[in-house]
Amino acid sequence: MIEVHDIWFSYNGIPALRGVSLKIEQGEMVAIMGENGAGKTTLIKHFNGLLKPQKGYVRVFGIDTREASVAELSRRVGLIFQNPDHQLFAETVEEEIAFALKNFGFPAEVIKKRVEWVLKFMGLYQLRDKSPFALSGGERKRVAIASILSYDPDVIVFDEPTVGQDYAQKEKLAQLMKLLWSRRKTIIVVTHDVEFVVENFPRVILMSAGKVVADGSTRRVLTNPGLVRKARLVLPQITQLARKLSDYGVPQDIMWVSEARDAILRIIERCQRL
Amino acid sequence: MRILEGFQFERKNTVIHRLDPRVKLFYSILMFILSMVFWSPPMLMLLFISILPMFYFAKVTRRLVRTIQGSIFLLAIIFLINYFATGLERALAMSLRFLVIIASFSIFFLTTYPEDLSEALIKLGIPYEFALTFVMSIRFVPCLAREAQLIIDAQRARGLELDKGSFIKRLRNYVPILVPLIVNSIRRSIRVAEAMESRAFGASSRRTSLVELKLKRSDYLFMIFALTMFLVLLLLKVFGVEQVIAGLFKEILTILL
Repeated sequence: MIEVHDIWFSYNGIPALRGVSLKIEQGEMVAIMGENGAGKTTLIKHFNGLLKPQKGYVRVFGIDTREASVAELSRRVGLIFQNPDHQLFAETVEEEIAFALKNFGFPAEVIKKRVEWVLKFMGLYQLRDKSPFALSGGERKRVAIASILSYDPDVIVFDEPTVGQDYAQKEKLAQLMKLLWSRRKTIIVVTHDVEFVVENFPRVILMSAGKVVADGSTRRVLTNPGLVRKARLVLPQITQLARKLSDYGVPQDIMWVSEARDAILRIIERCQRL
Repeated sequence: MRILEGFQFERKNTVIHRLDPRVKLFYSILMFILSMVFWSPPMLMLLFISILPMFYFAKVTRRLVRTIQGSIFLLAIIFLINYFATGLERALAMSLRFLVIIASFSIFFLTTYPEDLSEALIKLGIPYEFALTFVMSIRFVPCLAREAQLIIDAQRARGLELDKGSFIKRLRNYVPILVPLIVNSIRRSIRVAEAMESRAFGASSRRTSLVELKLKRSDYLFMIFALTMFLVLLLLKVFGVEQVIAGLFKEILTILL
């Protein structure tokens, strides 16, 4: 469980977080959204203690992050950065994935088992002897994810996971997140991708200029034009369509294609009856 | 990585920033020569103090402080090695010499526009390609520092503890930082080369320049000031003043210890 209480943070006097409070329970799936520079990445770096709040506090599983090392916190909160090239360094994929396990001091036979498990889980088993630098972009991303999943953290935070991924890869990513979530993991994602969130995440935290401007169900937050504009996002396309059809009685908070289909079918039926 | 801050250019408009880069480079080199000429801690200290007003006038004093904070580790190594090899006086002198060199060159890099720098180098007779390579490598320093921080964050998130373990272990801890940093730098240089070629770099052998450097009155004044200071300090050496001061300093040290 992550509890953030009124935290403030600035980089060399430039404020990045200005009084952020939120709570995320174990087993939740949450998307953190907002414009560039809203403070999303700064916020998630507080979750594993890479940054410590200058005011306020962050508690992770009851531990104040100021009183624990990054390594201790990372053991339970796995943070997957946007660019895999900022972490890949080992000679083989297998070694790359074993890196975190070694750092956390797992015994050799456990490391072996875990690496094998995660290689299979992420579909990387065929590539285990290859150099991480010889892989494609999508594969490198998967190695980066695998290197975090290998030590089985309770919370998994993805920073901009969908950037530069094609549609099929995005679908696979969503499936992976849901699978992890079904294993009682907490999934937190930072993203601009409205469609990705609408289809997969029940809760959205919307940030703007270092503050949380909305925190609630995806439907309430992402179909609200005022809120969405404030965070420089756009409404989901299907919501835009629904709003254009509001004169015909289509509800304005539609966010799924299936809902839109049902609403439109109802109108067609009504027209046919007339 | 904070040691790099002393070499990151900052756009400001002060007397020092407006000086011709050639004149500033001249000053830095004079100070560098002096740091090699002097060998006693008090004189090197004097030299160091004489550079400080430059930082004040250029409004970059905070940068210098951070650079020195960032180089404390290196400074400690220099001090310790010299201390055990030759004793306290020499250790102090070498540490101060290091500080003087850092200060004299960081005032140059902190206050010189990269484009002016390449112009200055060309005017000094260095071929354009080399000048450009040099300037670009400086330009990418902030980029590199940012990237290094990202990499450090990513590896710490995977449980890497940089300052844990024996000395050898600590050095080895930097492998997961350096490998991605170098790989990314090489990738970036290839990308930059492609971007430059697509903007017709090297299409014509005769290049014109947007800014033409010309020495102003303030530049001549500064040059006279730098030369005077250089000569005065040099005379202290020639007339044996350093010997006397160094002798006094030694006495004080022996009394204190």
